[in-house]
Formats: sequence, structure tokens, C-alpha cells
Amino acid sequence: MVESGWVRVALRVLSGVTLAFIYLPLIILAIYAFNPSRSQIWPPAGFSLQWFGEALGNGEVLAAFGTSVAAAAGATAVALVLGTAAALAVQRHRFFGRETISFLLVLPIALPGVVTGIALAATFKTIGVNFGLQTIIVGHATFCVVIAYNNVIARLRRMPRSAEEASSDLGADTWQTFRRVTLPLARTALLSGALLSFALSFDEVIVTNFTAGPGTRTIPLWILSAIQRPTELPVVNVVALLLILLSVIPVYLAQRIGGDTAGIAR
Amino acid sequence: MTIDTLPGGAGRARRLATWFHRRPRMQVAGLLAAPMTWIGVAYLGSLAILLLNAFWEQDSFSGKIVPNFTLASFGQLFTVDVYRTIAMRTIGMAMAVTITDALLAFPIAYYMARIASRRTRGFMVVAVLMPLWGSYLVKVYAWRVILQGNGLVDWLLAPLGISGPGLREVSNSWIVLSYLWLPYMILPIFAGLERLPHSLLEASADLGAHAGSTFRRVTLPLVLPAVVAGSIFTFSLTLGDYITPAMVSGTKFIGNVIYDNSSLGSLPLAAAFSFVPIVIMIGYLLIARRLGAFESL
Repeated sequence: MVESGWVRVALRVLSGVTLAFIYLPLIILAIYAFNPSRSQIWPPAGFSLQWFGEALGNGEVLAAFGTSVAAAAGATAVALVLGTAAALAVQRHRFFGRETISFLLVLPIALPGVVTGIALAATFKTIGVNFGLQTIIVGHATFCVVIAYNNVIARLRRMPRSAEEASSDLGADTWQTFRRVTLPLARTALLSGALLSFALSFDEVIVTNFTAGPGTRTIPLWILSAIQRPTELPVVNVVALLLILLSVIPVYLAQRIGGDTAGIAR
Repeated sequence: MTIDTLPGGAGRARRLATWFHRRPRMQVAGLLAAPMTWIGVAYLGSLAILLLNAFWEQDSFSGKIVPNFTLASFGQLFTVDVYRTIAMRTIGMAMAVTITDALLAFPIAYYMARIASRRTRGFMVVAVLMPLWGSYLVKVYAWRVILQGNGLVDWLLAPLGISGPGLREVSNSWIVLSYLWLPYMILPIFAGLERLPHSLLEASADLGAHAGSTFRRVTLPLVLPAVVAGSIFTFSLTLGDYITPAMVSGTKFIGNVIYDNSSLGSLPLAAAFSFVPIVIMIGYLLIARRLGAFESL
């Protein structure tokens, strides 16, 4: 071992402090969800479940939730198709400009979301597209494509070419090989890419704020507007806690799948 | 699929597949058509339209944008004090957050990669990964609740006779942005440290290097690409954020100027301001690629 004893102890303590720093704000927020009072003073006034009922019966919240799910599903579907096609082209073929493709695909996540947002909004306005669910999906798909792409290409790199070659030798055409050999072998990579795309799209607010238009609200957009209204804050607290709890589901599923999303791929 | 069950009826599909099989170039074209149209037209096209607006004139009377070439919007960016201050503040914040996150991330990443037992490591990876899946806005809101007047921070500081920062200090943005992007820094550094062959560190020790100089001269240079990879996220995400500054510190960043001028106000000015993060990030990405950071993403 290269590290001396006290270095190890110090690192251990620092790691614990860092983890506490990551989770403490979420725990505080969770405590507030059970606060019976409308005031946000610390410490909370007591314990109550009343705001959970109000949140789950809130029409605005439920509608926004539905919009978020629809937007995430749409963006994920677009991202999977486009990302897989791009990954197959880059990984299975040699052509001029191949190196540029991954650079181009990374751009929407490497450049700040506010730029993507205002650029798309200005374009939609210029060409006269109606704002709504469709424009939200377009905005989200731009940065979800690279997630699907990264997942699939990582899998393709590790997948033996021999399986596909054997398929061809046995008389399968390109399409049959893709459907019966490549796709099943890449299934878990597609699944974990889909999970991450869905989660990112579901929570996105920086771009969505530009591309949603006035009539459509996702869950984060609802939170953004409800924060301005002090009477809504108890419901915001509950929705926030529920979102934290919901985010455990994709993490659990991703771990079960054990795909290539160990990295962040965002 | 009919192709599999009805070989006779699917002759056309099969012929098409064969045609593609014999022409790999057409396969590439077919595969790339949709994604490149999407990125090339929808994304880059939109960017081009936006950036073009930066060079157009805005009629000061009607507010209409007239396609007359002018550099006036860029001029404002450099000459108006407020805008210059905002640009410098944002870039300074991006640097501060990146450095803070690198310093915070290194110890925990090192512990995870090289000291923790296999089980602890698995647990910690999930623990660090989890907040990445959680809502950005929820986390900003949590900090707003903690920092606000009569909130947790005020309560903790009350016995000392001081009150907290409230929701007005730039330092709040620094804390919250560092908090938000920390996992983006931990994970690449962790992956980089995990890939580091142990034999190199032992060789360094065998050759008489202290733990400190091994760290400085072996570990650090080899993990640098991973740190750069993480910094792409911390830097870019800070440069473009407009919600966190508004929610926790009431100060304006580049993102706020862009957002405020997007619907009302001046689109050419917003477009000119968009050049700042774009130019910085493209430069950053090119340098990062040279340093081998893309393999660590």
C-alpha cells in the first residue's frame, strides 16, 4: 500500500463529509414536506401529512406530471433511433468526417443549455412552429441523442464482430443480422441509454423554459412558477420530495441492467 | 417480421437489404441521414439563426429586428460596464466552481477508487450517481429553503449572534453551483483513478519517491485528463445557468442576460451574449480533446 495510515483515515473522513454534503440538502427538504405550517421557518412546526393529499389532488401538478412523462417518452424514442443509427455508422464503418460526428453530437450537452434554448426558441418563432409538447420534445432530444449514442457505441466496441459475420455467412441479410444479432446483443445498452435519457428529459428545465411556450407545463416548470407563490410552497415541498423518491427507480433499474452507464455520459 | 416468415413476399425488402449490403457507403449514408439532419439542421441550424441575429440591427423605436449588418450588439458587450461585469463574474464563477469541485471530488474519488473495499465502493458509486438522476430544480430549491431568512442557516448561526446570507449573496451561487455539479467531477476522476495501474505507484515507491511526490509526479499527471473531462461539465453548466443565480443570490449571470433578452428586450444582444459561452466552450473542448479528456468522458 502506497498510502500511509493517517492519509487513509483523512480520506475516509473527507469522503464521509462529502457524502453528507451531497445528501443533507435533500434530507432537509424531505423534512419540510411534513411541515404542517405554510411558513418555511426552521425548525418546522410539527408533523403532518396534509400536504401530500393536497399535492396528489392538485390538477395542475397531475397535468404537469403527464406532460413530463409524454415529453420524456417522446425525446427518448427519438434519441434511441437517432443515437443507435449514428453509433452503428461510426463504429461499423470507416468514412471521411467520422471523427467529427462524436464532436457534433457532444455539442448540445457541452454548450450551455441556455444557448440551445434560446436558439431553438428563436428558430421556432422564425419558422412559425406552434410551441407545446412537440417543441419540448425537439429540445430534449437534441441532448438525449448523445446519451443513446454513447451507450450503444460503447457496447458495439465490445461486441465481437464474429457474431455478425457468422450471421452473414449463414445467409442473413443486413437487416436480419441487425434485428436478430446486433439488436439483442445491444439491448441492455439501449435500455440503460433510454433510462438516462428519460430521467434527464423528465427533469430538464433550462431548455424547456424556452421551448415549452406559455400553455404547456412540465413538472419542473410547474415548480419554477409555484416557487413564486408563497401559498403553494408546502405543495412544492411535497412534489420535490416525491421527485427525489422517484429518481431512485431509474437508478435501481440501471444497476439491475448493469449496462455501460457507469460513466455519466451526459 | 414478414422478412423472416415469408421469404417470397419479402423479396423486395431482401433485395433492398442486399443492395445496401453491397454498398457500405450507402449504408453509412442511410444510417447517418437522420441523426445528421437532426443535429445539422435542427441544432446547428438553430444556432446559426441565433448567432446571425447578433449581427442584425434592432430598430430602437419599434423593436423590430432589421437585417442590416452591425456590430453594435457586440459593442455593447464590451463597452457597457454592467455587461462586462456580468461576463467577468460568470467566467470567474465557472472557474471558482470548477476548482472547488476538483478539490472536493479528489479525496472522495481517491477513497472510492483505491482504498474502499469492493462493497463500500459499489455503495459509494451508487450514492454519488443517485443525485445525478434527481431533479436539478429540486436541489436548487432545497438550497433556497436552507439559505432563506429564518431558514436552517440562520437558525444555526443565531447562537453566534450573526445572521446568514439570505438570498442575496453571490457566494450562495458559488456554494449551490459547486454542490450541483460535484458528481460530474467525482465520477470521471474516480474512473480515471480506477484505471491507474497499481504497479506504477509501487514502482514509484520502490524507486524511493515519497507518497507525496508519487502523488504529484505519477498519480496527478495520469489522472489529469479525467479532471479535465469533469471540468467540461462544471465549467459549461455554470456558464449557462440562469436559474440558480436568480433563485439563490439575485445576481445576474450571462445566462440571465440571454434569458431576459430572449422574449422581451433585444434578441441581437442575447445572441451576441450567446457567443461568449459558445466561444469559450468550443475552445475548452478543443483543448480538452488535445489533453485526451474525451476518452475519460
